This record gives sequence, C-alpha cells and structure tokens, in this order.
Amino acid sequence: MKEFDPGQNAASIVSVTDRVRPLAIGMPVTSVHFLGDIAAFVGAEESVALVSAEGGISLAPVHSGGILCAATDGARIVMGGDDGKVVALDKKGEVTLLATDAKRRWIDNVALHSDGAVAWSAGKTAYVRSGKSEEKFFEVPSTVGGLAFAPKGLRLAIAHYNGVTLWFPNMAANAEVLEWAGSHLGVVFSPDNKFLVTAMHEPALHGWRLADNRHMRMTGYPGRVRSLSWSAGGKALATSGADTVIVWPFGSKDGPMGKEPAMLAPLQARVSAVACHPKQDILAAGYSDGTVLMVRLTDGAEILVRRNGGAQVAGLAWNAKGTQLAFAADDGEAGLLAL
Amino acid sequence: MAEPSSSKIPVTVLTGYLGAGKTTLLNRILSENHGKKYAVIVNEFGEIGIDNDLIIGADEEVFEMNNGCVCCTVRGDLVRILDGLMKRKGKFDAIIVETTGLADPAPVAQTFFVDEDVQKHARLDAVVTVADAKWLNDRLKDAPEAKNQIAFADVIVLNKTDLVSRAELAEVEARIRAINPYAKLHRTERCQVKLSDVLERGAFDLDRILELEPEFLDGGDGHDHDHHHGHGHDHDHAHSHGGLKHYHDEDMQSLSLRSDKPLDATKFMPWLQNLVASEGQKILRSKGILAFSDDDDRYVFQGVHMMLEGDHQRAWKEGEARESRLVFIGRELPEQMIRDGFEGCITT
Repeated sequence: MKEFDPGQNAASIVSVTDRVRPLAIGMPVTSVHFLGDIAAFVGAEESVALVSAEGGISLAPVHSGGILCAATDGARIVMGGDDGKVVALDKKGEVTLLATDAKRRWIDNVALHSDGAVAWSAGKTAYVRSGKSEEKFFEVPSTVGGLAFAPKGLRLAIAHYNGVTLWFPNMAANAEVLEWAGSHLGVVFSPDNKFLVTAMHEPALHGWRLADNRHMRMTGYPGRVRSLSWSAGGKALATSGADTVIVWPFGSKDGPMGKEPAMLAPLQARVSAVACHPKQDILAAGYSDGTVLMVRLTDGAEILVRRNGGAQVAGLAWNAKGTQLAFAADDGEAGLLAL
Repeated sequence: MAEPSSSKIPVTVLTGYLGAGKTTLLNRILSENHGKKYAVIVNEFGEIGIDNDLIIGADEEVFEMNNGCVCCTVRGDLVRILDGLMKRKGKFDAIIVETTGLADPAPVAQTFFVDEDVQKHARLDAVVTVADAKWLNDRLKDAPEAKNQIAFADVIVLNKTDLVSRAELAEVEARIRAINPYAKLHRTERCQVKLSDVLERGAFDLDRILELEPEFLDGGDGHDHDHHHGHGHDHDHAHSHGGLKHYHDEDMQSLSLRSDKPLDATKFMPWLQNLVASEGQKILRSKGILAFSDDDDRYVFQGVHMMLEGDHQRAWKEGEARESRLVFIGRELPEQMIRDGFEGCITT
C-alpha cells in the first residue's frame, strides 16, 4: 500500500484530508459500522443514517427513543434502546424487531455471534436467541456491563460488578465466573479464543488467559477505556483512553503479561475511538479534539485523515475489505475515505 | 477540558426515610406547571402518578471503587443510566434521583466526584431530604439511615407538620439542628414547598459557597451565637437559648472551625488531605471558605467522605473580613483532634 508511505521526511505529516468525502449526518452519532459497502452511522436517538459509497444519505428509524447499544456482524446491526426494544437493521434499511422487554426496561447491551445468534441484556438479565431455538436467559448478581460471544461455540461472556460470567446457553453445566474486584463495563474475546479482556469503570483493562484463568492487569490509563479493537490476526489490542493509542501485545501465549504496550500517535488530546484495519497492520484513531489519524502498527507512522477542531470522534469503522474508512464525531459531522 | 457548570445538567438527589413523602414531593415537582422537563431515576416504578417517558428504574447498586477505600462507593447503576440519558440531551432540563428510604446518599454524591464521564455532562445540585415531622424523632433513634439522610442534606423538607403540635415541631426541628445546622429547612404539609426551594440550589457549586453560617429556625433569626459548638459533651440533653431548644446528638455532630488569622496553605492542605484520608469514613460532608496567607483569593472546598474538591473562588473584597471557616458534619467526629490540627495550620 504505497498510499500509506509517510516518506522520509516525517516532519510534516502526510495528509489525505482532501480525499475525505465530508458528510453531514445531521444528528449526534454514537457509533459507526459498515454493512457491506454501506456506512451506517448510529444516532444517539431514534435513527441510523445509511450512507452509500457515493455519499447518498438515507435515514432508517429504529427506536422510539435513545439508542443505547449496537453491534454488527457486517450483514446487520443489532441495537438496543431505551424503548425496551431489540432491533436489527440491514443494508437495505429494513428493520426487524427481535425482542421487546416485557417491562420496557432499557436494553443496555447487545452482542452478535457470527452464526447469527443474538444476545442482549436488560438490568441483571442476559438473553440469548440462537437459530431456531427459543430464547434463553441468565441472571447475574448485578447489572450487566457488557456482552460478548466467544468466537467458537455458543458461549456468552457477561461482564458485571466483580467479574465476568461465562455462560453456555445450550449446556446444562454451571456458568463459570471469572472474578476480579470492580465494575466491568465492556468485554471482548481475543479472536483466537485464548484471552478475555474487560474494560473497567476504573481507567484500566483486566484480562484473563482462559486456559488457566491467569489475570492480566492493564493499567495506567488517564481515562476510562471505551473503545477496543483487535488488530488483523488478533495479535494486538488497540485501545482508547489515553493521549496515545495504547496497543497491548497478544501475540505470545502469555499475552501482555510482563510486557509494555506500544504507545502510538501521541496528540494533545484523548483517544476516543480506535478501529483496526481488517487485513493490514494499520489502525484508525479518533481523538477528543476531532482529529482522525491512520497509524501503522509496525512503526507508528501517521497519516492525517481529519484535522482537529471539531467535536470528539464518536466512532470509526472499516468496511470488511478494508477499502473504506468511515468516521463520525459526536455532533454528527462525519466523513468517508475511499482508499 | 472542564465545561462550564452552567451547561451541565443539574441533578437533584431526593432522599428520605420510608413514608416521609418523597414520592409526594416528586409528583408535585413533575405535575407543577413550570415548563421544565425532568428525567427521573426511581427505584419503584408505578408510584409516580405522572406520565413521563423519562422515568427510569434504577437498581441502587453500590459499587466500591478499586482504590482500597471502603467509603469510596459509587452508584454503578447511576453511571450507566446517566450515560444512557446523555444520549437524549436536549429532551430534559434536569435530573432527579430518588433513593430508597434506606439508602445512604453518599454513594450517589460520590458518583459525581469520581466518574469523569458523569462529571462532564452533569452536576450534583443538592441533596434534598424529606423528613416526617411525626416520626422522625423515633427514626433518629432506631434508624441510622434516617440520621445519615438528615446529616447529608442541603435542603430538608420537614413534612406532615399538620400532624404534630407546635411543641412537637419545635422538638423535631431541634433534633434536626443538632445533627445538621446548615441545611435549609422548610416546614410543609403534603410537601407543599416552593420548587425553587428544592431545585436549582447549587449546593455543590463551589462558586456558590458564600457563607457557612448555621441556618436558624424561621430564617429571620440571624444573630450569630455559636451555640452549636464547643460544648465538649455529647450526652443527650436540651437547653434553651431564646426560647429554642438545643440538643446534642449522641453520634452525629457538626463541627465548625473559624480563624481570623490567615492559614498557611502549605500546612493546611496536607492536614486536610490527611484528615479525610484517615477519618473520611466518619466525615459525611465538609465545606470551607479559606483565607491563606500571601493569597488575595478566597479558597473554597467541599467534600463527601474522603473526596475533596476545591478551588480559588474570587478575590477577597475590600473591607471583607478575611476569615476562614470550616464545617464538618459526621459521625463521632474526633473533635479535639480536628481542632488541634486546624490550630496548627494558622499562620503565627
């Protein structure tokens, strides 16, 4: 990829800002996804803006209130709202109602499995619906902070206060609990299924090696980590929460234990969103001052995608082929970059 | 990074023992024709008689922070709910958090001190405690939660005053004042209180810490006699000043410190930090207006248990007495130790 070469003279950063197609989404955006080549900007309330590669914007109404969570498998986005509904949206803009909470509680978290299973949570209860089988639920001791499906098998990680519960919805066996004091608000499996990592309420990550449940403490962040992204191949975990992109090494069997993270693309602003390229060792990072950079993981070389000055970057996403990058700020100012 | 506090959404914490009238006050706030929209975080759905799509059920989950301090607790559910509510910014003007009757207000307040994201968008406005004029005396004896709620309050709505005699009312007010002489107290029937007396109080706003004088009954009684302090005995007795009864609560007190001489900031700051670090579990609320030597600005601080925040507020005005004043409200406060420590910070 010649385009990414920052050249010998690194004093002036390479910029592709002139190749970005600016988009005015017209509503606050909270996350960005791709459905095929359609960029989807999930609003804070009610709607998702679907944007074609040519820049045509159409609004898909999905909830009758705030949109609290969203997850995608590339074919659909599943969302939960404060209207108590779980809905799915496809690239044609068609909305399917998946579930309605009987008490109209907030749907705080959603997760999607590559085989089509969907999980969501309301309060302390996590629900799973997979294929033809009926809905199953599991209650944890405190409010669910995050959900993630393991890459293999039907296993759901449910993050909560003082740990994570690993639940096999189709097995009678007891759920396994990974304990760690504190409030766990997000959870991800490594793509090789060997590690589980949570983002805590404190500015820290916590991890477990699943083979032996060994703990991994990843601390030192000035702010809460809200965005996590595995590099292509899953050898590194890029994270927000500091004034550099913090990248933890997961290439060896010990993961980041006893190792220092890489600190890339330092700015005078907090990293607010990260998204790794699906195929190459490149990531996109958004900052609290509105800056968007592309960063090469191997040497930290940077390319400017969006200048600072706007609202905090709310989300970033690559399409599956890695040929398009979409980003949006809190205020709905967004952009699309074709590579 | 810090946004001006005016752009942040004010949050009122509504507390009070079971049956005191919290829900009555809440329904009044929501039904009054004030042109404002409130998001309300409640523990019991269904008690609210007003249709409002911004009523959110909470689980009152109290989480310990991972910093080894047992009194550093936050409301985990509140962090999550405020996060979700901020997606609907613009749909409401203020937030009211109703706690259960047995709740300690501290974790709610501390949530606003420790959570960066909460702090960015919302600000704690005041802790409003509804108290039952008929039953509060009994609850103060048998329910530590009720005492906590009185001690923590910025505003006390003393409700159901129609159910007690004048003498009983005077008695319960004196009991309240023994615990918390600084809160604004309003006598009500069926929570008939002006909404401006309970909302938009700015009680946690450093810029609005103007004076730290005890509130007197009827408000007009503004003469300054320091009768709440310095008696040095803590058994339960009543005595009379100008017709008002005064009590000393056995385990919950307020302590007021004052100095006309400037404080040495290099001594005072470490002393205060150490004090709340070691005695923070006992100290529910603290506030101060401070005059430091070689500093032309008023310094103000406030705290909840171990958590403190402080800042220079403004320059001392010409002719204004440069007096330092501190107030602590807490349980079994080590009074002599605090007084001695404070004396040691006065510039000699």
